Amino acid sequence: MSLTEQQIERYSRHIILPEVGGRGQGKLLASRVLLVGAGGLGSPALLYLAAAGVGTIGLVDGDVVDLTNLQRQIAHTTADVGRDKVESAAEKCRAINPDVKVRMYPEHLRADNALDILKDYDFVLDGTDSFAAKFLVADACHFAGKPYSHAGILRFEGQTMTVIPGQTGCYRCLFREPPPPNAVPSCSQAGVLGVLAGIMGAIQAAEAAKYVLGLGELLTNRLLVFDALKMTFRNIGFSRNPACPLCGNSPSIVTLRDEAPPACARTREPKP
Amino acid sequence: MKLKINEAATEVPDDLSIAELLAHQKVKMPDMVSVQVNGAIVDRSAFSATPVRENDSVDFLYFMGGGGKK
Repeated sequence: MSLTEQQIERYSRHIILPEVGGRGQGKLLASRVLLVGAGGLGSPALLYLAAAGVGTIGLVDGDVVDLTNLQRQIAHTTADVGRDKVESAAEKCRAINPDVKVRMYPEHLRADNALDILKDYDFVLDGTDSFAAKFLVADACHFAGKPYSHAGILRFEGQTMTVIPGQTGCYRCLFREPPPPNAVPSCSQAGVLGVLAGIMGAIQAAEAAKYVLGLGELLTNRLLVFDALKMTFRNIGFSRNPACPLCGNSPSIVTLRDEAPPACARTREPKP
Repeated sequence: MKLKINEAATEVPDDLSIAELLAHQKVKMPDMVSVQVNGAIVDRSAFSATPVRENDSVDFLYFMGGGGKK
């Protein structure tokens, strides 16, 4: 892929990196990254990936922008309240960078649509907000053979890992199945420091960019746990779990299915 | 005995199972925790039957679901 004069200027701070160069920028422009969730984690990720010139960004989200989202979901503005999140987020991507093709999926990822959506992408970024959805992303990426970045946030802590199916430990190696519904803290108790979502989502975007560029060491076989109150990062090494129900020696999950949503998951009102 | 829990040196009573260790450490929602001992994940159904030993390195890994929904 040859870059135009304008692209050379736009991406000059990438191109000047010997590890990236014009060739790496070409890889970014040819890459396709899917973001499941255009919320707290997805917002910084989609903004940075659009700025970086990721050629195709897919956005999957069935929600509309709510006033309570704006404390952390920085791709959306006050004027966007009530709009589909994918539309609001796509508009921001295009405004940052007209090189980016944005594909919108104004629906939630489900067992019956996941594999069809995932097949067109190189890397998947999990920015979902429920256990059911996170397990679905992990399972779908496993069955589709797509590398993905997982992240979860709660209150003042976040954690993230990158998974290359078939090669590295996966989300289910550590977290076998969703916690029982009665163990899940009620959503009104949970809460989250807004900027925490930004930090974790930005780390996920860095992993996506590294994967596309083939650079450095991915966050595989490690869970990175960030504590915003102590301002510490902790790397917890782990390896593939032979008893993993998804990628272990005798897996019990052999087809994609939806996990029951946790007790606190709210049913969204239909859009007007 | 001495353990490392989430990298912190911690003194706990001898002869504890993982389930007892979770209780001793006052983990409020043990169902929300995966436990790794010396780098290997322990199946939740084995928490009561699996002992922890002096100098074991134990990680409590918490489920984090969110996006912080309203």
